[in-house]
Amino acid sequence: MSRIDVRKTYKLFIGGAFPRSESGRSYDVYAAPTREGNRAFLANAAQASRKDARNAVVAARKAVAGWSGATAYNRGQVLYRVAEVMESRRDQLIAEVRSAEGLTAARAATVVDAAIDRWVWYAGWTDKIAQVTGNANPVAGPYFNISAPEPTGVVAVVAPQGDSLLGLVSVVAPVVATGNTCVVIASQEHPLPAITLAECLATSDLPGGVVNVLTGDPAEMAPWLASHLDVNAIDLAGAGSLDWAALEADAAGNLKRVRRPSTDEDFTATPALSRMTDFLETKTVWHPKGR
Amino acid sequence: MTTSAETTARARDLLGVSRLTNRSLTSWLHALPGVDQVGCDSRAAGLRTRSIKTDSKRWAIDLAISMIDLTTLEGADTAGKVRGLATRALVPDPSDPSTPSPAAVCVYGDMVAVARETLGDSDIKVAAVATAFPSGRASLKVKLADTKEAVAAGADEIDMVIDRGAFLAGDYLTVFNQIAAVKEACIRADGSAARLKVIMETGELVTYDNVRRASWLSMLAGGDFIKTSTGKINPAATLPVTLIMLEAVRDWRDEFDEQIGVKPAGGIRTSKEAISFLVAVSEVAGEDWLTNEWFRFGASSLLNDLILQRQRMALGVYSGSDYIADDAPSAY
Repeated sequence: MSRIDVRKTYKLFIGGAFPRSESGRSYDVYAAPTREGNRAFLANAAQASRKDARNAVVAARKAVAGWSGATAYNRGQVLYRVAEVMESRRDQLIAEVRSAEGLTAARAATVVDAAIDRWVWYAGWTDKIAQVTGNANPVAGPYFNISAPEPTGVVAVVAPQGDSLLGLVSVVAPVVATGNTCVVIASQEHPLPAITLAECLATSDLPGGVVNVLTGDPAEMAPWLASHLDVNAIDLAGAGSLDWAALEADAAGNLKRVRRPSTDEDFTATPALSRMTDFLETKTVWHPKGR
Repeated sequence: MTTSAETTARARDLLGVSRLTNRSLTSWLHALPGVDQVGCDSRAAGLRTRSIKTDSKRWAIDLAISMIDLTTLEGADTAGKVRGLATRALVPDPSDPSTPSPAAVCVYGDMVAVARETLGDSDIKVAAVATAFPSGRASLKVKLADTKEAVAAGADEIDMVIDRGAFLAGDYLTVFNQIAAVKEACIRADGSAARLKVIMETGELVTYDNVRRASWLSMLAGGDFIKTSTGKINPAATLPVTLIMLEAVRDWRDEFDEQIGVKPAGGIRTSKEAISFLVAVSEVAGEDWLTNEWFRFGASSLLNDLILQRQRMALGVYSGSDYIADDAPSAY
């Protein structure tokens, strides 16, 4: 007797839980076209609405105090744990990236390994970024004057639309490594690796709400996140095909920090620090010197 | 206005008995039809699914704000915190002066004077919890003194708690007498009286039948409002329980031509929930109750969510906590 398929329901990831879209909508996800041009049906993914985006911001805001207040060392351990959990799901991730992006098995494995290594890389940075970007400033007076970076708060991220896993990890990991929380709109066409990543995050000690993953149409959700007064910054990495100048104008409503779309960014290369430093605020403290 | 003796005399008339005893109260209350728990829960769930949008939503949000009893009932309350809360009631949203004010500020008895002073001659009422709130475990003498002090300090409304122990033990007469006595204590020196809200603490009453009985008993004993909870016990104000109370005030008016108010308190935090309560008021009790004279929300954080929603509708973008006033700044 043949076994009946156990099909997975792909849902959103908000506040550490996996809800369906409040709108009840879903959309078809297809594999990359074959040489003959056929696209195999893969799954139905939840199509998030603006209200799901709003709920995700509420969850992200709630998580700010705990996550930004955690020690940098602790954040590093949690992010390293994400890499560990992804490693144990490596085969699944390779299969998903492969069918989504139409890569060869070897190429998909390289991409997944790079994504896992990217977490490890940023996990290492959590307790080093303050030394590298902070300063002891020389001032004309008997004071210690110290500048230290602090997380900016809730960051909305439009993930790269083509590079479904490595691109996603490359934009999310630097945001949360420094203590921000984020709401990320995953690749619309290839959302399945993002949901699997969310399952890795949910099982790796990352507090609920630190990363919230939405699948659906970025054109529908991004304007609401860009204009949202409780979002402190927005990374438009994958918004190149949208009217991102309008999003940037919306973001000015509460003086959000904006990172513009990246064109042909090579995610396999070692990243620059700017993906972290763009979402940091500098706090400068004066302290009187004794004798 | 209404002395304890007058309340008892009226109860005798309504029950048609020559002497008000625990037995007559028991047979009257236990003759009330039982509540179909499953039916009540599903009706409440049905009312929750109503979709209130655009203009109706705007109207509902403003109505809900005007129905709030803005509450702080903490051991750590300071005069500064109460002043902050009262100021918040006067100006709920500094960025939009058209925002309506809440109906009242609800505080402990010893904070009444502070709240009254801050509110000045505005229309916002001062409500005080009394009678050994929240447990109600004190002698009648203490409860009455508590009430009289709050009334003398300028409270417009008194929120009393019933003796749940006596109620659950079946001693309805004690509960009745205490409510009637507190009602008498609400009379001011000039002969006017503070409105009396009777807190039944439905979370401790165990069954929906008990909620119905406690509602009728409270109305019989002279309560001007019946209120779900103290906010100190979980579950607090749930929609099914409020539904039962709304049915009780509706039936009471049909029978005795007297309108009684309803106040769900505790646990209502979002605009969506508040609006589902308004839907229930309109569907079950009727539109006569859709005013802050007859329906109130006991809440503190609800106001913030309603204002966020109001700002969202006015600005067209989602707002955040940076844009609403903090009514409990730690600097006080």
